[in-house]
Amino acid sequence: MNEQSSQAIPPTILTTSCPGSYRLKRRVSQAVLYLLLILGALVMIIPFAWMISTSLKTDQYVLTIPPQLIPNPATLDSYLRLFELYPIGRMLFNSLFVAGLTTLGQLVTCSMAAYAFARLKFRGHNLVFLFYLATMMVPFQVTITPLFILMRIFGWINTYQGLILPGVFSAFGTFMLRQAFLTIPVEYEEAAYMDGASPLTIFLRIILPLSKPALATLTVFAFMGSWNAFLWPLFIVREQTLMTLPVGLATLQGRWLTEWNLVMAGTVITVLPMLLLYLFAQKYIVQGFVMSGLKG
Amino acid sequence: MVVRQRIFQKYLWVGFFLFPSLIGLLVFMVVPMVSSLALTFYEWDPLIPTRFHFQGLQNYLTLVKDTNFWAALLHTLFYIAGYIPLVLTAGLGVALLMNQKLVGRAFFRGAFFMPVISAWVAVALMWTWIFNPKFGIVNYLLSLIGITGPSWLYDPNWAMPAIILTSVWKDIGFIMVLFLTGLQSIPQEYYEAASIDGAGNWPRFRYITLPLLSPTAFFALIISLINSFQVFDQVWVMTQGGPAGSTSVLVEQIVNNSFRYGRMGYAATMSWVLFLIVFLVTIFQTRMQKNWVTYE
Repeated sequence: MNEQSSQAIPPTILTTSCPGSYRLKRRVSQAVLYLLLILGALVMIIPFAWMISTSLKTDQYVLTIPPQLIPNPATLDSYLRLFELYPIGRMLFNSLFVAGLTTLGQLVTCSMAAYAFARLKFRGHNLVFLFYLATMMVPFQVTITPLFILMRIFGWINTYQGLILPGVFSAFGTFMLRQAFLTIPVEYEEAAYMDGASPLTIFLRIILPLSKPALATLTVFAFMGSWNAFLWPLFIVREQTLMTLPVGLATLQGRWLTEWNLVMAGTVITVLPMLLLYLFAQKYIVQGFVMSGLKG
Repeated sequence: MVVRQRIFQKYLWVGFFLFPSLIGLLVFMVVPMVSSLALTFYEWDPLIPTRFHFQGLQNYLTLVKDTNFWAALLHTLFYIAGYIPLVLTAGLGVALLMNQKLVGRAFFRGAFFMPVISAWVAVALMWTWIFNPKFGIVNYLLSLIGITGPSWLYDPNWAMPAIILTSVWKDIGFIMVLFLTGLQSIPQEYYEAASIDGAGNWPRFRYITLPLLSPTAFFALIISLINSFQVFDQVWVMTQGGPAGSTSVLVEQIVNNSFRYGRMGYAATMSWVLFLIVFLVTIFQTRMQKNWVTYE
């Protein structure tokens, strides 16, 4: 952690364009800049490397003093055993299925509601929108107990609909898409409107195609949120066959407390898809986090 | 007639676009929220059908005398006191470093963002293993410089610090992105003007960067405060509130009361008190902001 606190003294490194013999000073400050960043990046990367390293070890090399940093021999044994002993494949499917449907549901309901707020100025739309914003302020813990009871009444405990449906409706997603729709000039729609196009046609043919970046942001952000979610799946799921990866992982720890190579293999399986997603969609992911901050 | 028909048609469209989202939010957010408030006046154990009756303010009175609740509040505040300053300064530090002309910026940003996009359960398991007193790398590294590390998650004095460090590590990237957005919105002309006036690095940081960044800082503070009052996933996975209750936090109490002890009404009461605390803190911070936040 020391590296991190020392990063908090950066003003000396602000690039200067002062004349004279500053070249050396600048070179030194450049070196310090990269040194700090590399140190910081190491602090971030090493735990992931340690996770992968542990997952590739055989049982007898997991618990060694000093720790074996690079696995020798390296083997995929713990992955194979994990798939054999534990329904991790099913959990992987559950995570994909739940995150996929949740994302799809959010895209449909949020974009439709956002269109109503952005374009169909009905009486009281500001009031309804304010109500949407207000629901974003209430933390999930407040609603979780009655929501659980509601699911019992519906008979949805331990079902996919119980896992998925409460996550499909998002005030935040609606808010984000509304902001995006508002930036589209109305002129685009007016011509279509004059030709007698219905709001549905305008929505599908004009608004949605012009909002691809915002839709992409919502897609990756909703998917990631659902993939990583823990509290609700923990409440609603009782059987292994319905568990998503995070819940499955949490029970894995209690099961084979000492078999860290298995636990870390499960962790890699949970983390890796998101890291890959980041590689391909980092712009949208970062944008999603910035927006999620801005809602406050 | 035509006009009325048009208006009727328009509202049909409003209904079409708005209802899926509105009904979903009503059922899965608003109904649970309202019933949660009502539930605070009831005793209810869903497993014992006879135990469901109105009991006025009894839950609130129980709460005031509940030592577990006060201990959990204290631990949550301890967590916040450690987490907030660390994550904000480290996040700001990294953002300032990253705001320079850099080779490999995408790499560094990715490194700092990896923990942000990973599931909390996975991160918590990674760090449980890293903090392993005997075989983990933290104590191994400490032993290299001649320090015998504590037993971390098994030691009542060190469990919460370990959780704090893990949380800071996970969230630095998020705070960094918020600050980077703030930094990039500072007009370059200010720095140019200051340079012409001969201002050095420190004055430019002190009198331009800091004040113009204060709205972002305020915003990052509020978000991390709200989030850290709701700290749960990492506690649940890393310590389950132990050892000896030393990491028992508010949401963990809520979950245990509804999930394990079947005290639905009491859990709802606790969650509303938590919401009230967060709400009051946010209001207080908003009031205080005029003392240190500069808006252009």
